[in-house]
Amino acid sequence: MRAEAKLLIGLGLFFALCGVVYWIWSGENAGSVMLVASGLLGFLPGSYYLWWSNRMRVRASDRDDASIPDGAGVVETFPGSSIWPFTLGMGAFCAGLALVFGTWFALPAIGLVIWALLGAVVESRRGDPGSAH
Amino acid sequence: MTELIERQTAGGDGAIVVEVHEAPHDAHEHHEPTGILKWLTSTDHKVIGLSYTVTSLVMFLIAGALAELIRIQLATPNSSFVSLGEFNQLFTMHGSLMIYLFIGPFAFGGLANIIVPLQVGAPDMAFPRLNALSYWLYLSGSITMLLGFFVAGGPADFGWVGYAPLSTSIYSPGAGPDLWIAALLLSGFSAIFTGVNLCATIFYLRAPGMTMFRMPIFTWNMLVVGILILLAFPVLTAGLIMLYCDRHFGTHIYSLKGGGVPVLWQHIFWFWGHPEVYILALPFFGVVTDVIATFSHKPVFGYKGMVFATITIAALSMGVWAHHMFTTGVVLLPFFSIMSLLIAVPTGIKFFNWIGTMWGGRVRWSTAMLFAVGFLITFLFGGLTGIYLASPPLDFFTHDTYFVVAHFHSVVLALGMGAMAGLYYWGPKITGYMLDERIGKLHFWLFFIGANVMVLPQYWLGLLGMPRRVGVYPHNPEWTDLNQWATVGSVMMGVATLLFLVNIVYSWFKRVPAGDNPWDAQTLEWFTTSPPPHHNYYALPPIRSERPTWDYNHPGAPALVHGHREEPEASELARV
Repeated sequence: MRAEAKLLIGLGLFFALCGVVYWIWSGENAGSVMLVASGLLGFLPGSYYLWWSNRMRVRASDRDDASIPDGAGVVETFPGSSIWPFTLGMGAFCAGLALVFGTWFALPAIGLVIWALLGAVVESRRGDPGSAH
Repeated sequence: MTELIERQTAGGDGAIVVEVHEAPHDAHEHHEPTGILKWLTSTDHKVIGLSYTVTSLVMFLIAGALAELIRIQLATPNSSFVSLGEFNQLFTMHGSLMIYLFIGPFAFGGLANIIVPLQVGAPDMAFPRLNALSYWLYLSGSITMLLGFFVAGGPADFGWVGYAPLSTSIYSPGAGPDLWIAALLLSGFSAIFTGVNLCATIFYLRAPGMTMFRMPIFTWNMLVVGILILLAFPVLTAGLIMLYCDRHFGTHIYSLKGGGVPVLWQHIFWFWGHPEVYILALPFFGVVTDVIATFSHKPVFGYKGMVFATITIAALSMGVWAHHMFTTGVVLLPFFSIMSLLIAVPTGIKFFNWIGTMWGGRVRWSTAMLFAVGFLITFLFGGLTGIYLASPPLDFFTHDTYFVVAHFHSVVLALGMGAMAGLYYWGPKITGYMLDERIGKLHFWLFFIGANVMVLPQYWLGLLGMPRRVGVYPHNPEWTDLNQWATVGSVMMGVATLLFLVNIVYSWFKRVPAGDNPWDAQTLEWFTTSPPPHHNYYALPPIRSERPTWDYNHPGAPALVHGHREEPEASELARV
């Protein structure tokens, strides 16, 4: 976790530094804002990882000497096949077409998106192994 | 329906110590769909990645066909093969399809989607349903972009950069430009979701012992690409929404009339656009690194230098956007010139390391290796002319001429060769069957020679003053000859691409099984079967260096350990 944190915070520092130098030197607003925002995108997850890396056990995937049995146990639960990403994608497709061909396309878009979100949430609830045991 | 992935210790003193089981939860409800429903509902990163790869290759074929039409138009002076308006649409759609819908999605949606989870020993991407959504958004975006050919007025015609105010409703009315905006919004969100998935997968799902500094260079580069996507793509999406508002809701963000700033579009576009160049390039830097190491039968030379060069390129790439805007007269020239020139340093380190990896190795000239070396040569032309263009005085002279066209076509054609290297290298892992090497080598030589026959004359054309984006030019022996050479090169590349399709069909019928590790490769993905099982690994080898498969297959070879000595007791103590 520490390497990830260092990577993100390092990038964030660099972008923030660039942003300040660029702003002082050029006085141009758009680029300065975007650079500083880029810095924040490094700090936000980076500081979160750093905070956790000081509080959690070193993960097997961060240890040079970890053997495969050190990672024994549950890795993660993964969803099986699911129709909802396709439904949501088609909803977004209709929304995109609504931008071009008129707002009536937004009706199927909203319907599909709501249907897909509900479907995906219900699917996740049903599939949660914690709730079954 | 979820599947619980569990690693269980199988014991024994062999190197394979763990089996990976998949335990379907709700087994009584569990029934896998088949046929087209399987393709529609799959959340397996390999199925999604393959869909991405096939779709992006279709986009490549369409965009390539448009390029041939452009070259036919330019083969003769005062040509009337297409009208000038159609020519504008041709080069706009050629660029848009190639950049937005082929090379990027091929890299991070296709290759990386399939290979990154395999390389870190993960059962799937971190968010499989989000991954599937990415693909459907990408497919929707691709269809939306192509719909432009079927609406009145035709597709967008303002260049793939869509500069305001040309792209506003006054100068570009009609449905075509709106379809272009909608397509980029859809494919932009797809890229953002893939970026999230890549970062999360690499941060959270690495196998035990697969530390950050043991990841293959391809995975490292895709992590950096994931971060760059998260930095850059939201900016483009915001810019496009503002452009749409200018076109339809009467805002004046990009028009002087209402107090807006036209050049703001260029700032926003290139703040996405230049990191995008590295979002496109870094994946293929990773591909050729892995390919060169494998076919030189050596570890990557200067592994850590390679990683830090990648990070440095990514960091610098966020601060160079306005080198596309030198001639606007409103940007800070020295800042962007210095930052752009600095990128040559980490890129140079990479070239040094690629040559170092080959140096003294037993180089095997497979098709993938040929494409990787073709990448190095062609990218070098693009990179070196990039250094010229980073210098404002030279850029003033060559801006918007064919010199710039040639510069970035050297770069992107090199990336195309990297893409082919990736397909010939990982194709056997993905499908389980080898691609034919004889047709492959013919494909390489035709493509490589064609690419350079097309691009090199364009450098001279640019220096002679031929502007880019012109559909006709007056008769002038020098211009005509050079343009005809460029057309010959583009036809060679077209034939080479047809050969590639022939190769796919031929190899599909011939079906030479690949086996798990046909190249005696080094990285983890070659440990599993070809094609890999549903959740990727039945067993994992011990991971003690950045090339676990090699260590397992060559137990006598000296171990390669970075950053620490193999002293298990000492490190055990340190951990307690």
